[in-house]
Amino acid sequence: MSAVPRPAPSCTPDVPPFDLARIRSDFPILGIEVNGKPLAYLDNAASAQMPTPVIDRIVSYQRREHANIHRAVHYLSETATAAYEGARAKVQGFLNAKEEREIIYTSGTTEAINLVMYGYGRKFLGDGDEIIVSQLEHHSNIVPWQMLCGEKGCRLRVIPCDDRGVLDLDAYEKLFNERTRFVAITHVSNALGTVNPVRAMIAAAHARGVPVLVDGAQAAPHIAVDVQELDCDFYCFSAHKLCGPTGMGALYGKAAMLEKMAPFKGGGDMILSVTFEKTTYAPLPAKFEAGTPHIAGAVALGATLDYLARVGMHDIAAWEHSLLEYATRQFETLEGVRIIGTAPEKAAVLSFEVKGVHPHDVGTILNEEGVAVRTGHHCAQPVMQRFRVPATVRASFAFYNTMAEVDQLVAGIRRVQQMFA
Amino acid sequence: MDSKQLYQEVILDHNRKPRNWGRLERASHHAEGLNPLCGDHIWVSLELDGDRVSNVAFEGQSCAICKASASMMTANIKGKSVGEVEQLIREFRDMATGKLDVARQSNHLGRLSVFAGVKDLPSRVKCAILPWHTLHAAFAQQESASTEGDQDPFAASTARGRSA
Repeated sequence: MSAVPRPAPSCTPDVPPFDLARIRSDFPILGIEVNGKPLAYLDNAASAQMPTPVIDRIVSYQRREHANIHRAVHYLSETATAAYEGARAKVQGFLNAKEEREIIYTSGTTEAINLVMYGYGRKFLGDGDEIIVSQLEHHSNIVPWQMLCGEKGCRLRVIPCDDRGVLDLDAYEKLFNERTRFVAITHVSNALGTVNPVRAMIAAAHARGVPVLVDGAQAAPHIAVDVQELDCDFYCFSAHKLCGPTGMGALYGKAAMLEKMAPFKGGGDMILSVTFEKTTYAPLPAKFEAGTPHIAGAVALGATLDYLARVGMHDIAAWEHSLLEYATRQFETLEGVRIIGTAPEKAAVLSFEVKGVHPHDVGTILNEEGVAVRTGHHCAQPVMQRFRVPATVRASFAFYNTMAEVDQLVAGIRRVQQMFA
Repeated sequence: MDSKQLYQEVILDHNRKPRNWGRLERASHHAEGLNPLCGDHIWVSLELDGDRVSNVAFEGQSCAICKASASMMTANIKGKSVGEVEQLIREFRDMATGKLDVARQSNHLGRLSVFAGVKDLPSRVKCAILPWHTLHAAFAQQESASTEGDQDPFAASTARGRSA
């Protein structure tokens, strides 16, 4: 099976393909100091920072355009509805979905996966049916399926990974049998950074008539996603990992799949007509968007996608790749530091352990140096169990990070090693 | 908060060379402590001679803050009465959560006050407190303590006691 195609780096390795200083000036938070040191924000896989154009868009929406959507005939309601639906078209473009109605707004990736579990899983899966997930999943792509297993008597099957954090595709093929009904896999591992060959994995599932959900929370910020090319049945992402707002995300679903699913939440805006005898559901996408949604969040997501398009997803991927390569080279000069996750295809995530030092101590001391990293199990305990570590330190890069910030991280690790020597 | 204030030499030293490391074969009381959020996992075992702690030991896998806290705890409580130790547990907890200002309010913590700085690092408070929770659970004949949910002995309304 071939790997997901990645854009070839379009820049010489150490020179950004864009005006990095100007991009950094778009992110006011990057200018703060922590403990008297310049902030090096390397926790982007948890949440990325928001640029001024997006912050300004939220403010202008609230100041001049807000009302409830899809209801009234007055000026503001129509303005808000246009902004809200306009953002949906931007998400459609971002994922290259065929139709706008295939984009369902959610509160994030977690809600999107739960929507599919409730709307598809509970309707179409039953006793003895099997769901395939991978060893690399975030808890949010494990727990909903376990809940379904508990309720319906389904069984979870797990694709193993090797010592580099690469999925075993032969084992994947062997997991399929006549009871396999669903595959839920992550595009990029949040804990290790592995880019999974989802296109080939989807083709393998489809050859057996099995639909596939792709968790794109970690991929969407770094890879130009094309859901038609992937041919996935569902794809989901969170806005805040893309430099957008929290509490906002989207589910892409093929129209035919979404049409046959049960609604997730009942309420206003998802109906055509209601009597006490019978309710007729609204067509897509409203069927899945009960209640007043996060209108400002959708508008801000639209502005976020505009911003990323101006920077360019291919340039973003190229510069992040340069940062990862540089950081990996620097780490290889550090004795007693082990990188966890060494797949040949990786997003800009560096999970590691410092020999003899607990990750939480590393994180606290790096914070003292102004370096923000994530420490812990990254909501991926099965990954930690696979690599026999209680937790790791994770540095994750965004396109606004610099080589100097990598140096700051490496210097911080040297200080940790001195303190614990 | 300057972590240099927290990672003082005494803490780094107890992390490198933990005192009273291991498990007591003839423990009268023992408990297991777990912080599921970060994976800190320790075992505390002790022997009571009447009302006095005659011996105490610990082992486990944890961060430096947790290990040093446990090591200094075991060194501190040997020979003390259960009542005195329970008082220390309360004071340590209050210091770590910022309710007790060791510089201004009277207390019995002594050298344990090197952990005062942890109050400024909310994500690390539980690391420092876990050994003390576990000790409290051992006294209460609970088999396990956690920093979370109904196994948190300070939050639990009922303690499930079992003799060692």
